[in-house]
Amino acid sequence: MAVFSRGFGARRRESDPRLPPGQYITEDFPVLSAGPTPRIDTAEWSFDIRSESGAVTSWSWDQFMALPIEDVATDIHCVTRWSKLGTSWRGVSIDTLLEHVDSDADYSMVHSYGGYTTNVPMEDLRDGRAWVAFEFDGEPLDPEHGGPARLLVPHLYFWKSAKWVRGLTLMGDDAPGFWEQNGYNMHGDPWTEERYW
Amino acid sequence: MIVGDWRAARVVDVSDATATARVLRVTVPGWPGSDPGQHVDIRLTAEDGYQAVRSYSLGSYGADDTIELAVDEIPEGEVSPYLVRDVRPGDELEVKGPLGGYFVWRAGGVDPVQLIAGGSGIVPLMAMARARTDAATGAPFRLLYSVRTGGDAIYRDELGMLSESGGVAVTWAYTRAAPPGWDGRVGRLDRAGIEAAIWSTDRMPAVYVCGPTGFVEHVADTLVELGHDARRIKTERFGGA
Ligand SMILES: Cc1cc2nc3c(=O)[nH]c(=O)nc-3n(C[C@H](O)[C@H](O)[C@H](O)COP(=O)(O)OP(=O)(O)OC[C@H]3O[C@@H](n4cnc5c(N)ncnc54)[C@H](O)[C@@H]3O)c2cc1C
Repeated sequence: MAVFSRGFGARRRESDPRLPPGQYITEDFPVLSAGPTPRIDTAEWSFDIRSESGAVTSWSWDQFMALPIEDVATDIHCVTRWSKLGTSWRGVSIDTLLEHVDSDADYSMVHSYGGYTTNVPMEDLRDGRAWVAFEFDGEPLDPEHGGPARLLVPHLYFWKSAKWVRGLTLMGDDAPGFWEQNGYNMHGDPWTEERYW
Repeated sequence: MIVGDWRAARVVDVSDATATARVLRVTVPGWPGSDPGQHVDIRLTAEDGYQAVRSYSLGSYGADDTIELAVDEIPEGEVSPYLVRDVRPGDELEVKGPLGGYFVWRAGGVDPVQLIAGGSGIVPLMAMARARTDAATGAPFRLLYSVRTGGDAIYRDELGMLSESGGVAVTWAYTRAAPPGWDGRVGRLDRAGIEAAIWSTDRMPAVYVCGPTGFVEHVADTLVELGHDARRIKTERFGGA
């Protein structure tokens, strides 16, 4: 039985069908991360995919920028309950990167500069559902939002969209990443509120 | 970390902490206890079923089933004005938690600990300072607390007592106006001010930084510039500017 909070509700926000349950709209772009913001020079940046056989496919920044680039317009949803509607990004689709990789793996561990990790099933990365993004709102991605590049998996809670991304390790079995070891859900679907364990 | 389902809870005490912030004590039957630094989700339900949820840090820690929150009002906000102005003892809400297994301090370590708070960011750090004080021995603690004016400090009296009785050494920073008799600088924390107030890098402190996003970004960047190991700096950002 729900508990009612006397007198609450006067300042309610409008609801919107684009909002998953328990989310509210923000116009800002809040920043949430576990430690200081890493500053990564694109001259030192690389993106590596290690497949389950141990083979590594690697792109420098210049090689990465020569790949086909896509525009992505999407809503994003943070597990701390803010959602931002209609954001625009540019990046390289994970499908494009995986064309160069031989793998049957079902899971991946995403690695970031600074040591952050998060696990994402491959089916959530394939078929036009995920990108490595380097532009937000027409500008290079700010370091505090994950620049020079972050993963973008907009259909999952945003902690899966790892900032300062540096690569993927493809795996046969699922394993928890940083926040997942600290209590967050292994998958993170905002529409079913997969927030915590 | 324990999450659990929503638990019905009752506000048992409210007290003003500053002109814009209030400390709430809330009894949560079945509360499993928490570590210093954890937070909860608070769910409010209007009479027509409309709900809103926000996260609030715990100023309390341990097994007592009465938990403590300290909420600062965001004037344009939906939830904080209700918690700061409207809620009364006897009112009901729901609590999920405790949440968060990362931004926590557990008694027992001997490494020096540096706490750095801006505004309501003091709340989880207060739980750590209380835990350190209760433990009576162990890691040496310092706290750097940045507030607009002396009157904006949540837990001002208790922090003054901690500072005098040892255990946690408190340094204040005032960004707008200092109390009478203050001979320090007034303004946003700068590199020199941070460096002078905190453990030096050779002590290799564990650092906890909490407050509004801009504050945390600025302080954490400065710590890294000063040579502190990024892996030893834990941050919690409360959103907002
Ligand atoms: C882990 C965690 C712990 C937290 N602990 C505390 C706590 O102990 N005490 C506390 O007072 N708050 C705490 N917060 C912030 C709290 O969850 C709410 O964000 C805050 O109370 C505002 O909620 P609201 O509904 O009033 O405003 P909203 O309706 O959510 O927002 C109103 C506007 O204010 C902006 N805004 C939101 N939060 C802030 C902020 N903190 N500063 C400036 N602008 C903001 C929003 O972007 C929005 O534009 C915590 C947040 C997190 C994530």
